[in-house]
Amino acid sequence: MNSFLNTNAELLITLVKIALLLFIVLTVNAYLTWFERKVVAHIQSRWGPHRVGPHGLLQPLADGLKFLFKEDPTPAGVDKFVYYLAPLLALALALTSIALIPFGPDPIRLFGRDIYLGITPPDLNIGILALFAVTALAVYGVALAGWSSNSKYPLLGGLRSSAQMISYELSLTMSVVGVLLLAGSFNLKKIIEAQSHHPEWGLFGWNVWPQILGFFCFFIAAVAETNRVPFDLPEAESELVAGFHTEYSSFKFAMFFIAEYTSMITVSCLCSILFFGGWLSPFPVSWTFAHYLPSAILIPFGLWVIWDGIRYETLFGRIILPGAGTVITALGALFVLLLNVNEFIQAPFWLLSKIFVFLFVYVWMRGTLPRFRYDQLMAFGWKLLLPLSIVNVIVTSFVILAKMQWWGAK
Amino acid sequence: MTAQLAVFFVLAVLAVIGAVSLILQKHPIHSALSLIVVMIALAGLYLLLGAEFVAAVQIIVYGGAIMVLFVFVIMLLNAGIEEHTSISKMAGAPGLLLVVALAGFVAATIARSTENIQATSQTGELASTLGISNMLFKDFVYPFELTSFLILVAVLGATVLAQREKS
Repeated sequence: MNSFLNTNAELLITLVKIALLLFIVLTVNAYLTWFERKVVAHIQSRWGPHRVGPHGLLQPLADGLKFLFKEDPTPAGVDKFVYYLAPLLALALALTSIALIPFGPDPIRLFGRDIYLGITPPDLNIGILALFAVTALAVYGVALAGWSSNSKYPLLGGLRSSAQMISYELSLTMSVVGVLLLAGSFNLKKIIEAQSHHPEWGLFGWNVWPQILGFFCFFIAAVAETNRVPFDLPEAESELVAGFHTEYSSFKFAMFFIAEYTSMITVSCLCSILFFGGWLSPFPVSWTFAHYLPSAILIPFGLWVIWDGIRYETLFGRIILPGAGTVITALGALFVLLLNVNEFIQAPFWLLSKIFVFLFVYVWMRGTLPRFRYDQLMAFGWKLLLPLSIVNVIVTSFVILAKMQWWGAK
Repeated sequence: MTAQLAVFFVLAVLAVIGAVSLILQKHPIHSALSLIVVMIALAGLYLLLGAEFVAAVQIIVYGGAIMVLFVFVIMLLNAGIEEHTSISKMAGAPGLLLVVALAGFVAATIARSTENIQATSQTGELASTLGISNMLFKDFVYPFELTSFLILVAVLGATVLAQREKS
């Protein structure tokens, strides 16, 4: 048994990591729906979900159960194989892309082995290319779902999404080229390290400043790739019922839903890694007191949750909320007291905070922006976004060339 | 059998099954899906040879862009199940003959020159991103630029043809 564990340790660790990441991503997905409904509700002066559990926190669980137990009819005349394949494909590709994201530079030492955060090691040579390869295939889930349903609204939704994804894929890829030129690598770890050349500059060393145009193009194209508002034409409910997933119900619909939210998380990861320094702290390296920031956020938040919980109207809430608050406060205290842990969580803390900010921006946009008209969408993608991202590539390469020629920088 | 060989056989079998199913499928969408399987299996084979960049580009360009366009056009035209005419049935016999001849030719070539194939499978350095860009933008820069010019002409031609006449 022991020798088996030793020879297959890498494989076992990877399997455990996959299971763990799957669990975390699916949980985060579930609570992302809660977060989205809450934020959009507050933008529109409503309360959002608040009946199921304290502050509606059990709503995702109720939704999940509903998805599982709903009747799942297969419409007549569908292409069976493709109809079943489409949601699987969408979900599998979305989850694969998140497996390629590194969540921290340093490994944890457990059982005498270095375990990296993230399923692939952080210095994968073709990191960003592999990610683009997976996201390039993501369109099939939507397009095939639309086609195989054998119904007019899904077909229109599928057509729209293929056209939209072809158009915005170009700008998406072109807008990253500037970042790749600055880093000189496809490796996600090296791209982040290239943003830490001036440790004292803090957040002013990030790619977003020289690549502000690239970031603009990337973020818009990425939102369009994930079919989110204001680019959610494939599922425009006022025109196409529900677009490509009209004929899907129950868990097959949930799979599309999870795929969409997972790709939102992936895009947020990519935005933070490519343009916002990934796991780098926004403060200069010499500001060591910034290391206590995670605790300075977690402890007051935990205390607030306890304070809010003991006054909650239901007994269940009065038990659950202070409990959760205690856990959060204890976590914050742990990060202050154990220096090793404090050092280690810095990188993941910053990356996760940035991801959270981008997820909030996604929801914020959904709450505020109206949907594009179809011709506007095409004109915007081809006539504005693509030329801008090409200009960005040309300007960036000339600046890098000029630096090499005249200032002898390398 | 090493793990590498096992992966090779899985990918190779997948590619062959995809290719055969591409021909045998009745519906164009199913054929297009089979072609995607072939493309991705080929990308896996490139990865196995150490050509990471080529593998990723294979999926992005062929698996992603080109095949999406195929699927898009098939969906747009709402192409139905393939119809067999008497001529298309007759074309099967010489086609089969050609397949056998081609397979024999390829097999004979591989059987004759084992060393050459061994040499080309050692791509490592040449297939890195740097190696490929050096080849494209240094050694073969004129053919490369000419090709891109050709593509530009084709794009312009397609745009002109597709444009509605102004009344």
